[in-house]
Amino acid sequence: MSVGGGQDTAALAEWVREFARVVAEQRDHLTELDAAIGDADHGANMHRGLSAAVAAMDAAPPDGPGALLKQVGMTMVSKVGGASGPLYGTLFLRMAGSATGADLDPAGFAAALRAGLDGVVSRGKAERGDKTMVDALGPACDALDAALAAGTAFGPALRAAADAGRAGRDATVPLVARKGRASYLGERSAGHQDPGATSSALLLDAAVTALAGTEG
Amino acid sequence: MKKLINDPADLVSEALRGVAAAHPDLRVDHENKVVFRGDAPVSGKVGMVSGGGAGHEPLHGGFVGPGMLDAACAGEVFTSPVPDQMVAATRGVDGGAGVLHVVKNYTGDVMNFEMAAEMVAAESGTEVVAVVTDDDVAVQDSLYTAGRRGVGVTVLLEKIAGAAAEQGRPLAEVADVAKKVNGQGRSMGVALTSCTVPAAGKPTFDLPEGEMELGVGIHGEPGRRRVPVAPAREIAQMLVEPVLADLDFTGGDGVLAFVNGLGATPLIELYLMYAEIAALLDKAGVRVARSLVGPYMTSLDMAGCSLTLLKVDDDLLRLWDAPVRTPGLRWGV
Repeated sequence: MSVGGGQDTAALAEWVREFARVVAEQRDHLTELDAAIGDADHGANMHRGLSAAVAAMDAAPPDGPGALLKQVGMTMVSKVGGASGPLYGTLFLRMAGSATGADLDPAGFAAALRAGLDGVVSRGKAERGDKTMVDALGPACDALDAALAAGTAFGPALRAAADAGRAGRDATVPLVARKGRASYLGERSAGHQDPGATSSALLLDAAVTALAGTEG
Repeated sequence: MKKLINDPADLVSEALRGVAAAHPDLRVDHENKVVFRGDAPVSGKVGMVSGGGAGHEPLHGGFVGPGMLDAACAGEVFTSPVPDQMVAATRGVDGGAGVLHVVKNYTGDVMNFEMAAEMVAAESGTEVVAVVTDDDVAVQDSLYTAGRRGVGVTVLLEKIAGAAAEQGRPLAEVADVAKKVNGQGRSMGVALTSCTVPAAGKPTFDLPEGEMELGVGIHGEPGRRRVPVAPAREIAQMLVEPVLADLDFTGGDGVLAFVNGLGATPLIELYLMYAEIAALLDKAGVRVARSLVGPYMTSLDMAGCSLTLLKVDDDLLRLWDAPVRTPGLRWGV
């Protein structure tokens, strides 16, 4: 954390490493969820992309939050393929576009995450309730904004966001998919947790671990 | 799983080595997994680029050559290529007249091609237009899904729009031809067996001996319904009916009828199916102007077939008949 109390490049890099770590840990779980309603490659694809993102950070450490988020986004786009590559790639690239300056204060982080969400929505043309990543990221952005607006410190606000993300993930279970390959199952997609919402909830949990710090 | 492979992880790159060895008139960029026609870029000609997950051969790499595609990007089996590959393909075929991206309507393919087009726009003045194919009538509630899937029409579009590009038509006109083909084509498929993705090592879905999946997608996506296996004559009816119900194919200059094998069905069965289908079309008052029978858009080792009908006019017929020289389609040269 920087002097100004914001998230600096090192903190954001730690977030990406933590995301890569939990995805590696949950790889088989993500793939099992995807096998039920998709094409059984979400765990492997995310693991491949995030391992490459961490390797890229190690090989050429970016200077500044924007540069770091851009590097992660470009790596996800280049290495993942399928649907999750462009979606997670766009999430990080739009965050990068929003993250100017040497660090991200709480409002700046929330704005960047919101920009990332908007990117995912426009790239995937998904709305809330379509049983996608948006169902975890959308409520998380709302919770983060609301908590910060109410004067909550960054740590607890981020925890509230992650809680909302997990609740959104759980709420995908009864939904009928309207986007992606799962949508071809129609009613048969109900009763399964969405793998994209699940990995997005992990991204938010990783943010808590890496960024919430001890202030809350 | 019994397959002619080494390590499943090397399947696509090793197959591309075979393409390069067998077809010296093509140029293969092994790093980006892109097949180019040997003389690309052709100056003043619209560049035709397509691509998608591997496992549908000869689509798309087998349709690269004069009169059809200028480049095709191969992803992993059933996984969309990444934008970097599409950018490399687009750059490599840019002869100064713009580039057409032919994209099948699958979430991953559409998004990766979109990102590639944005990346090209950010770094060069090359004009890129994308045409998305979505001809699979098996998907009924397309408002509540990712939409109809791009299937057999893609082959016909690559040939016909490829001929328009070869004639030197400008990008907007080539794109109009492509959109017309997609708008006037409809398809429906049936699977008798699942396919086995080499990396997975087991069949994608479970289809009991006496059953078939009607309306299956080319990656084994579930179809309209699972029904008992029936004589070919009845299966032909199950394919023809929903296609004719979706678009009026009677009158005009007739149709191009395309019976496509999904990979494991022998040609003798495809021709038997063609006979049944031709009889049904005749009875329905649909005149067949041209036909194509064979495995052109496969789903690995899936058994089954698909039917595609395309409403044609004089222009589309002339473009279909124009010379083509690719590993998969070759005539008039």
